[in-house]
Amino acid sequence: MVTAAEVLDSSDQERPTTDTIPLTVRVRRFNPEVSEDSWWDEWTVRCDPLERLVEVLHQIKWHHDGTLSFRRSCAHGICGSDAMLINGRNQLACKVLAQDVSPRVTIEPIRGLSVLKDLIVDMEPFMDGYRSILPYLISDSGEPEKERRQSPEDRHRYDDTTKCILCAACTTSCPVFWGDDGYVGPAAIVNAHRFIFDSRDEAGRERMKILSEKTGVFRCRTTFNCTDACPRGIEVTKAIQEVKRAILFERF
Amino acid sequence: MTTTHAYDALVIGGGGGGLRAAIELSERCRTAVISKLYPTRSHTGAAQGGVCAALGNVEEDSPEWHAFDTVKGGDYLVDQPAALLMTEEAVEAIYQLERWGLPFNRTSDGRIDQRRFGGHTRNHGEAPVRRACYAADRTGHMILQTLYQQCVKRDVRFFNEFYCLDLLRDDAGITVGIVAFELATGELHVFRAKAVVFATGGYGRMFRVTSNAHALTGDGPSVVWRRGIPLEDMEMFQFHPTGLARLGVLLSEAARGEGGIVLNSEGERFMERYAPTIKDLAPRDMVSRAIYQEIKEGRGGGPAGDQVYLDISHLDPKVIEEKLPDITEFARIYLKVEPMEEPVPIQPTAHYAMGGIPTDTDGRVVVGADEDVVPGLYAVGECACVSVHGANRLGTNSLLDLVVFGRRAGDDAARYVREADLATPSERPEQPTLELLDGILGRTTGDNAGEIRKELQDNMFELAFVVRSDESLTKMQQIIASLRDRYERVAITDKGARYNTDLMETVELGYLLDCADALVAGALVRTESRGAHFREDHPLRDDANWLKHTLAYREPDGSIRIEYKAVKMGPYVPMERKY
Ligand SMILES: Cc1cc2nc3c(=O)[nH]c(=O)nc-3n(C[C@H](O)[C@H](O)[C@H](O)COP(=O)(O)OP(=O)(O)OC[C@H]3O[C@@H](n4cnc5c(N)ncnc54)[C@H](O)[C@@H]3O)c2cc1C
Ligand code: SF4
Ligand code: FES
Repeated sequence: MVTAAEVLDSSDQERPTTDTIPLTVRVRRFNPEVSEDSWWDEWTVRCDPLERLVEVLHQIKWHHDGTLSFRRSCAHGICGSDAMLINGRNQLACKVLAQDVSPRVTIEPIRGLSVLKDLIVDMEPFMDGYRSILPYLISDSGEPEKERRQSPEDRHRYDDTTKCILCAACTTSCPVFWGDDGYVGPAAIVNAHRFIFDSRDEAGRERMKILSEKTGVFRCRTTFNCTDACPRGIEVTKAIQEVKRAILFERF
Repeated sequence: MTTTHAYDALVIGGGGGGLRAAIELSERCRTAVISKLYPTRSHTGAAQGGVCAALGNVEEDSPEWHAFDTVKGGDYLVDQPAALLMTEEAVEAIYQLERWGLPFNRTSDGRIDQRRFGGHTRNHGEAPVRRACYAADRTGHMILQTLYQQCVKRDVRFFNEFYCLDLLRDDAGITVGIVAFELATGELHVFRAKAVVFATGGYGRMFRVTSNAHALTGDGPSVVWRRGIPLEDMEMFQFHPTGLARLGVLLSEAARGEGGIVLNSEGERFMERYAPTIKDLAPRDMVSRAIYQEIKEGRGGGPAGDQVYLDISHLDPKVIEEKLPDITEFARIYLKVEPMEEPVPIQPTAHYAMGGIPTDTDGRVVVGADEDVVPGLYAVGECACVSVHGANRLGTNSLLDLVVFGRRAGDDAARYVREADLATPSERPEQPTLELLDGILGRTTGDNAGEIRKELQDNMFELAFVVRSDESLTKMQQIIASLRDRYERVAITDKGARYNTDLMETVELGYLLDCADALVAGALVRTESRGAHFREDHPLRDDANWLKHTLAYREPDGSIRIEYKAVKMGPYVPMERKY
């Protein structure tokens, strides 16, 4: 960095550039305003090896085709907007680097939710699943004057499942969810787990009742797709197993 | 096709500030939240380090010490009664979050654990104090989730992926509603309401290197600015010292709170020279300027010599894994650096807007030096300026601001709507918005929004960043004027109705240009250095002339008029800021 005054003198100079790499991006497009069927588009761009895929999509959108549509916000893996099927795996586009997929990457919308336009899918069924498991702390035993106490061990018990950013990568990688018979899906169970194993919560039974119905945990066939897909590194399958066990043995 | 809705109160934005206000409102009146993102995608979720309150759980502390730190950290541009109020209400606000289920880290006896954070001290500056309550390095994520969960519980009505594009006021200036664009369909909606609470977050996306999300484009401030409301202290923008080099992704100050240090290219812990008492935990503006100085004197590293290093490799790996897991992962993923073994390249990153829509401590929007209340209009969170952050916000005070003033604004608005009548907007209130959109959609050839955005970001980063001068700011002002000209001719390729993010990004660019314009105008007139605003041609603070807030108004001809407003003083007499 230099002083503001020096910048004025040198503003015409080129900034140092790193070596760029070529990347061919193939995207499954869909827009019912244009066509009933989806189609493929392909662009080849040059980008920094450490460029995030979501920024490569921006480069395409801003300089080649403004109609390319996708969701994104934070660009560093914490808002959960940009789960996509990238080279056959559900990932967040902002956590995949160009160098990891160069020279060629194929991007499709996540599966099992209806596609609305390009990489944008209808999140409402997913959010319905989330809302169905009472995703909030329930406690009737009076409010303490200060904080409720919770030991570090009890706090640790449900730490993993507090990390969920509702990106839907897990749920939309699950073959049972694709089957479309109302299975709430892994993300909803993860969020139920977060409360069932929270020592402060008192509605574990209610949630387990919801999850023992035919749309609940016992639909899970332990394929581990969800765990592989989770960008937050949550042990999703383990959480599901723990909820199953809690229901079977009424222990949590 | 325009649909009309009617509510008592509207909240614009589903981040921490908006959701906290919505919880308060929804229990007492018909409320809707309008948010361009699904609420859980809001950037509050990115906040890492903590939310502070003088709970005194691990060592002695007091709200008054907290207030002192807030005022001093803000370089005395803070309205002191507001800071005293916030730090007093902080304690209950944190307990409230805990009762709603927020999974704070705990002490061994089960209470909320607290850690150190920059600028927070014991007894008026004696030594760092443990005041930041936290949930690993995901505190903002947990606040956002917890508040959203409480909204689900209360069955709050959300209009997700709706962009608020206009504020409706009647001839007397009373708030009557807003106009919103539904992303899914391209339809406009008129929302009539008695009270409107803006909670749209920051505008860091005007800079090339920023910790802010793509969605942070200053929509709220710009929308109200275009409707005659001034913007306060816009020149006060915080540059956080520890952004990942080149990317700006934040590495929380918690890293230094846990013992991390900043090194120059010679491996020297240079903050010992700049802030002998609290060293690496000095407030952000001081650390960012120190980094700038080190780089200027040739002690920066990296290909362009423009970065320094954050070193946490000496910390206990257990501490890193338990308390700083996310930021460690950022370094690994995005820079391919292993923080447990080597220092992480960093550079200052555009982080937080201290300025914004002027409000009182009830979140009511106030205009002019006499603070006339705009009936029915509220603002909270990063888009607002209460002002509790003055010229430089202390870490962990923003999340606190959200919950304290989110509650207060919701509470006041709930009372206001009981008395007020639902006014009728003018004929076709959506007309101006329609014209704005049709203008952009109608042009088949013209300037490219992506290029205008890039030029804005590159230049703001070079000319209006950590160090500014009359020369750099004058040049920036000219650049903005020419970018505005080009923006008038901007054309886009997506002409469709469905999920037209091309159109919305272009509208957002207009908001960014507004906020940048107001920021530069304020920075240009303020011929002193205070907090985050550093002028190399006026390097000292000048209380005799500049202990006052700036108010930038947009005139009908597009020019900017600056007025001033007194800082509300209190027990703390301005003194030199040394740490
Ligand atoms: C990386 C990072 C780390 C941070 N860490 C900390 C920390 O540790 N402690 C701390 O105190 N602070 C921290 N901060 C600051 C703090 O997180 C933010 O200032 C705060 O979360 C802002 O909250 P908000 O509710 O005002 O806005 P946001 O959370 O940004 O939400 C804005 C909302 O407005 C909506 N919106 C915007 N425009 C429109 C529109 N036109 N129409 C409809 N809706 C709209 C969006 O959809 C979104 O829901 C951090 C900030 C960053 C960037
Ligand atoms: S569990 Fe993981 S993959 Fe599933 S929604 Fe949550 S963060 Fe995404
Ligand atoms: S853009 Fe937020 S998770 Fe990728």
